[in-house]
Amino acid sequence: MAKLPQSIPELVARFGPHLNRTPSGGWTAIGEPDRLVKTHCCFCGQQCGIQLKVKDNRVVGFEPWEEFPFNRGKLCPKGVKRYLQDEHPDRLLSALERTEAGFVPVAYGKAMDRVARELTRVQEQYGRDAVAVLGGASFTNERAYLLGKFARVALRTANIDYNGRLCMVSAAAASKKIFGIDRSANPWSDIPKADVLLLAGSNLAECSPITTDYFWQARENGARIIVLDPRMTPIGRTADLFIPVRPGGDIGVFNGMLHVMIERGWIDRDFIAACTTGWDELERTVHNYPPERGAQIAGVPASMIVRAAEMWGPARTSFLLHARGIEHHSKGVENCMAAINLVAATGRIGREGCGYAMITGQGNGQGGREQGQKCDQLPGARDIENPAHRQYIAGVWGVPEASIPHKGLSAVPIFEAIRDGKIKALLSFCFNPAVSLPDGHFVRAALEQLKFYANVDFFMSETSRYADIVLPAALMEEDEGTTTNVEGRVIHHRKAVDPPGDAREDWKIVCDLAGRLGAGDRFPFQSSREIFDELRLASRGGVADYYGITWERIDREFGVFWPCPSEDHPGTPRLYEGHRFGHADGKAHFQPVDWRPAAEEPDVDFPIVLTTGRVVSQYLSGTQTRRIGGLVDQHPQPRCEMHPRLATELGVADGDFVRVESRRGSVTVRASVVRTIRPDTVFVPYHWPHDRSANNCTAHAIDPVSHIPEYKICAVRVTRVPAPTDALASLEPEAGGVR
Amino acid sequence: MSAERSDGSQLAFFIDYSRCIGCQACVQACEECDTHRGVSMIHLETIRRPDSVQTAPQVCMHCENPICAQVCPADAIKKTPDGVVQSSLKPRCIGCSNCVLACPFGVPKYDAHIDQMMKCDMCYDRTSTGRRPMCATVCPSQALAFTTREEIERTRQGTAVNVWRFGAEVVRTKVYVMMPAQGPAIHIDTIRKGGPAVAGPGREDVASLLDGL
Repeated sequence: MAKLPQSIPELVARFGPHLNRTPSGGWTAIGEPDRLVKTHCCFCGQQCGIQLKVKDNRVVGFEPWEEFPFNRGKLCPKGVKRYLQDEHPDRLLSALERTEAGFVPVAYGKAMDRVARELTRVQEQYGRDAVAVLGGASFTNERAYLLGKFARVALRTANIDYNGRLCMVSAAAASKKIFGIDRSANPWSDIPKADVLLLAGSNLAECSPITTDYFWQARENGARIIVLDPRMTPIGRTADLFIPVRPGGDIGVFNGMLHVMIERGWIDRDFIAACTTGWDELERTVHNYPPERGAQIAGVPASMIVRAAEMWGPARTSFLLHARGIEHHSKGVENCMAAINLVAATGRIGREGCGYAMITGQGNGQGGREQGQKCDQLPGARDIENPAHRQYIAGVWGVPEASIPHKGLSAVPIFEAIRDGKIKALLSFCFNPAVSLPDGHFVRAALEQLKFYANVDFFMSETSRYADIVLPAALMEEDEGTTTNVEGRVIHHRKAVDPPGDAREDWKIVCDLAGRLGAGDRFPFQSSREIFDELRLASRGGVADYYGITWERIDREFGVFWPCPSEDHPGTPRLYEGHRFGHADGKAHFQPVDWRPAAEEPDVDFPIVLTTGRVVSQYLSGTQTRRIGGLVDQHPQPRCEMHPRLATELGVADGDFVRVESRRGSVTVRASVVRTIRPDTVFVPYHWPHDRSANNCTAHAIDPVSHIPEYKICAVRVTRVPAPTDALASLEPEAGGVR
Repeated sequence: MSAERSDGSQLAFFIDYSRCIGCQACVQACEECDTHRGVSMIHLETIRRPDSVQTAPQVCMHCENPICAQVCPADAIKKTPDGVVQSSLKPRCIGCSNCVLACPFGVPKYDAHIDQMMKCDMCYDRTSTGRRPMCATVCPSQALAFTTREEIERTRQGTAVNVWRFGAEVVRTKVYVMMPAQGPAIHIDTIRKGGPAVAGPGREDVASLLDGL
């Protein structure tokens, strides 16, 4: 039973999170670095170019990389401070084994032997699928590819999935259904060329700050900006039209806009006739969404929907961007399709200044979902149930087609299967579900059910604490490989320094483990570059075709956009040129969508909507950013944002402690009383653990198609409470305490 | 000044408050500058958080006739030939805070730990060797921009202004502020204290949209 081996305060005292504030050698150390390493930020999907300063095999600082065309030297606070992870006192330097007395260091080889032995034992006793593998969208393409192959070839389990399941899958599914390809349709350089921008469900300024300059450049060029968000974000504040939509009400706005656009003739009937299918059914559907009905669904005045249609409809060029705000729903795919219908109805796609993009959240959110670590996909974004796709990949891997498992469980169902005793052992990388998955008590109870758990990470995350074996991993700057940024641009992360102690690159751990499981001949890789070369072959002919991309080309061309089928192919910055879409018939397929409620809407007992999200100085579950002093200073602890009208009803003043409580759990945090949020909604960011984890409240309802969890809406009640004084509250804020 | 491009055009510092998103990349990057490592000199003001998410960055404006230097009894604040007003000189600064009180932009701060005034020096180690200041290089929204006048006029709406009128007193600064098309100077004394325009000039109070739901 994987119960915590020590109390949380004891684990925190030993493994952190502690704060690192100063670079290696201290602030006063001066002298030129030995070298500057041109690489990329390890955090979000923008993947900004950055130069790391290296001295004596230590990362000691950074220098902006102004030549890299995506960000031209720009960085957000996370990028500025990421270098403080390398010499961090919390780094795991040896393998750890859980004992009665807590975690004890163990020789790396001995730890690996035990992992191989336990996984084999569980599979022999309970079947191959009783072992699950979880990967991450912070993986390089090489690691993502390798882990998918490892699960299917070495473990032969169907149950591999990844934390991109919490991020990009609704956008991916919607994009595939309408246009046939899962990728942002345009490079970011098209944003400033659009006459109107529609931003739905993205706190751009905090979650992808670099994109702000593209927006402002469009504004300088005369573009008008429409923003949908339940909160007035920095982008919403200065938008030409800010639509403070009710969480889960976006379809009311999108269908209402299309209704008005049809009425006023602002659709491209020639394009629709020649290049699309399904229009008539869509037109029938949105006929039932006059602005007044859309307004009821969206919780905003009908005039806003009409105004949005007037701005978007007749524009000459336009660009739609959407992110988790509309995607993190049990109807996430439907929300995205309703938005993308607005693009396809106007035919404004596939040319300069015309298109749309999903704003990828995780570092390799794009590439991480193409290389085969999803439960339903093989490399090259291939379908694991398609016989031809299976046959091709079986050939690349040198295994019988029949030996490749079929579609397995996705991330949330994997935890349900663990809870139900169907999955007995787990091997996870770069994933902190104890903080990042919804319904935290359910997730932590499931972790306690595991018979064996091996966790690979560079810091002891809140989830690592449940492991039987923790293997120390390498940071991005300690490995080499590629990622694929928000635009579909494949870029090169260069190694800056060696991993410390016994820490090693994930791909080395995977190859080593494959050998111990008797599959070493399929994992002969001596470098991540060799893995990339096999990935190129495996992706060849697939939708996400990397075959023509080499590391040399990436360096020479500042990245290469897939699909790139041959070395003399220039890559594809803009998809759908000539209105040739990704479906077999070459057409775009409209997807009519009717609005339906969330899995849990507010009621008498739980009358308020909780929505969750991010802050600019923290990243995902905070495993990395809650360890960096400057970033923690900026946002030390989560606060519950609420409108003064709601605060008055609740008798809450700014700074008071409140308990935000759903049917599943609660958080106790300070209130922030602001007029920048809807009066029917409260917001708590999710980067923190324990009694500060917003995911204690969220529900593990998932979208039926994408399996993304519904992070953006659940029902809560909010109560003013005294300052908590328990042991968890007394921890430092970065560890889950509160001040 | 060597903050000059190979074509001879001068690089200058521009602030556009309407672009600021409050992300603090400037604050975090400022302390990475070699002349004051570990200490951030830039100020990021949160305007009125209960009503808005508006923020505004404040670097030293580098006045042509720096009042901070004029009022310094120890002659500790020097201006370089290229117009950058330096932070106080350690051997001279007596920690009297005259400059702190005199600066019309609220830039210098007295640091009691080192008994010295510290302020933005426009990353002199960088700008004097042709590199851009840390804050304006990393700024994701380019609310802080270090570029040529020509580039600003080509890519931005509004006017770059560097003349400030405090009643009868006129202050000219090396740093420009982007303003909606208007007169050649910013009249500080005509901005009403506590006025309603948190959402920007000419706009309604955006938060009122939420109040009405």
